[in-house]
Amino acid sequence: MSADLVIVLTAILVSTAAALVGVFMVLRRMALMADAISHAVLPGIVLAFWLTSGDRASLPALLGAASAGLVTVTLVEWLTRTGRVKNDAAMGIVFPALFGLGVLAISLFYRDVHLDLDAVLYGEIAFAPFNLMELWGQQIPESWVVMGSLTALNLLFITLFYKELKLSTFDPGLAAALGFVPGVLHYALMALVSLTSVGAFQSVGAILIVAFLIIPPATAYLLTQRLPLMIVLAVGVGVVSSLAGYALAIWLDASIAGMMAAVAGVCFALAFFFSPLEGLLTTHLRRERQRTEFAARLLIAHLAHHDRPVSEQEVLEEFGWNPQFLRRAREKALRAGWLEASSQGLRPTNSGFAFSQSPRPE
Amino acid sequence: MDLWLQIFTDYTLRSVSIGSALLGVIGGALGAFALLRRQGMLGDVLAHAALPGLVIAFMLAGMKVPLTLLIGGGITGWLAAMLVMAVIRNTRLPEDSALGVMLGSFFGLGVVLLTFVQQRGYPDQAGLDKYIFGQAASIITADLVNFVLLGGIAIICVALFYKEFKLISFDPAYAASLGLPVRELSILLTSLTVLAVMVGLQTVGVVLMAAMLIAPAAAARQWTDRLDRMILLSGLFGAVAGVSGAVISATREHLPTGPLIILSISVILLVSLMFAPLRGLVWDWRRTYQNRRRMRLQRLLLDAHLLHNHQNLSAQTLALHRREPLAVAQKQLEELRSLGWAEPWRQGYALTLAGEQKAHQLEQAMRILPRASQAQPLGSIPRETP
Repeated sequence: MSADLVIVLTAILVSTAAALVGVFMVLRRMALMADAISHAVLPGIVLAFWLTSGDRASLPALLGAASAGLVTVTLVEWLTRTGRVKNDAAMGIVFPALFGLGVLAISLFYRDVHLDLDAVLYGEIAFAPFNLMELWGQQIPESWVVMGSLTALNLLFITLFYKELKLSTFDPGLAAALGFVPGVLHYALMALVSLTSVGAFQSVGAILIVAFLIIPPATAYLLTQRLPLMIVLAVGVGVVSSLAGYALAIWLDASIAGMMAAVAGVCFALAFFFSPLEGLLTTHLRRERQRTEFAARLLIAHLAHHDRPVSEQEVLEEFGWNPQFLRRAREKALRAGWLEASSQGLRPTNSGFAFSQSPRPE
Repeated sequence: MDLWLQIFTDYTLRSVSIGSALLGVIGGALGAFALLRRQGMLGDVLAHAALPGLVIAFMLAGMKVPLTLLIGGGITGWLAAMLVMAVIRNTRLPEDSALGVMLGSFFGLGVVLLTFVQQRGYPDQAGLDKYIFGQAASIITADLVNFVLLGGIAIICVALFYKEFKLISFDPAYAASLGLPVRELSILLTSLTVLAVMVGLQTVGVVLMAAMLIAPAAAARQWTDRLDRMILLSGLFGAVAGVSGAVISATREHLPTGPLIILSISVILLVSLMFAPLRGLVWDWRRTYQNRRRMRLQRLLLDAHLLHNHQNLSAQTLALHRREPLAVAQKQLEELRSLGWAEPWRQGYALTLAGEQKAHQLEQAMRILPRASQAQPLGSIPRETP
């Protein structure tokens, strides 16, 4: 089995699992909670490392570490409920405290062990091919098993509770009134985010996982307003940035996980500029087009009041437009067949006359 | 105790303490505004986004000149903040997602650049990643000069624009209606926060910076309702945490300063949350407990009074009336006795004079009238004749 395949498939699994739950984090305005959770699983990982004396990937260790994420959520919500600090501040307080504990524990007890801080930060997806495990008599990369089951779990959760998730995300009040239990669903989602963070920790590290959780869904958010499409797009963006990130990282000989996050950032930038929905450039172009069209209609309506062709000079004087703008409006009107230009000046065609008199053109 | 005194004699400890204290003061002062503007995670995003700038500055300068690195970090941090603003203004993406996106992509880029540097084998590159968790122990006098410079700019600006910052933090709409340039002012405030983050990079590092801004401010908020006092207190708490973290980390080997500073400020915050006068949670809990107890005793006394008047008051009757086990009823009668409201009488109990007066008072207060006159027959209500 080639090392490339192991790494790429691991990355795809990580980004798929993260994007699936990340969509709901973004929609519920909990993107930064994802950040807080992914940081705060560190003490959980250290604790699990200590309890299982070094066996990082065992199931109890995973679950134990994931519960650290739930502790964060609970603490943040408790702090918010006391009314003494706002939600954002509660997050900014809780996760550094937990992360600090984790760092302290690592530097006190695990200085010489495999669990070094670099691995915590960036993860090392390049090691994925070396961690093999026995499954049904086959040697299978451990990361495939861990991330594969997490992806399956997230997918199962979203498919089974799609309706409930959708409702409680967009209208929690209605969900509660209808007898769904938004609280349970909320904690289930948080548990999955924690699990995904812990599972992905070996591959992309505790900090970069936030890029996988938030950036693809945020990119999809810019591209569509429909939830199913957003989920599909988020997974797509995640997979594309994994593939492109891996290729670039190999080419430039740089950190794979970091490059994947950076490429995801580039995807977001592309969506920001070129999204057909509300991209910066598309919006600009649309506004320009609307401006020109409006000017063309205004021009025709004006010309229709004259019983003779009007020279461009006269239009310029009457409207106070600059010549360039008039040219754009004229082009637009000519192309639409509303206007004919002769040597005496501009004059509406019959269709131009028709719509300048009807209350609703065309 | 000796250790605390060493702050004044030991060169390293002194530098570290002064540096951490400066960070506390600057972060605390700007954190007060971040807290009020609900930007609790801004510090986190700015700090993460500083990483690529740090590395680029290092690659350009070719060595670790602290001020250059900090300025580089500051530039990308500032850039990320501006991008967040641009994204929020131009799309419907929620603010937290925009912050998260910038955090992730900038940090990812930073990690990529960091591996670049490591693999290209720049001289003097070791320790560049120390900025991620901070390395307070490496603070020297030259760094302190930088801190004072950066912090001085930040503090002077806050002092100059105090009135404006206060207004845009509490009521941006009103500030706009007065004709203040709200957007420019919030950009300025964010830029000053970047300065605080730059100071923090070397001390607590990228990851823990969020708490250095927000925790002192949240703690200070517990003690006062006035912004000026809050800023001063916040700076003070930050400084105390900084020095404590530095001193504790000096007690043993392998104790990193950054996390200890963060844990110190967390302890200060916890104490403030619990015990601050007026806003302390403990007082809340105590009040709730006392209210519950008072209500329970009042109900009990009223029930006892009813039985005392109409039947005989004993553990059996009380248990029957309140539908609770006999043992509980017995205990409650004992409680009434210890309060001086009831006394043993014949086989059961009777209310004392004080108990009866208290019960009567409660009935008056709660408008519980004697049964006989409670319900007037409908027909007896005098009708108004038109």
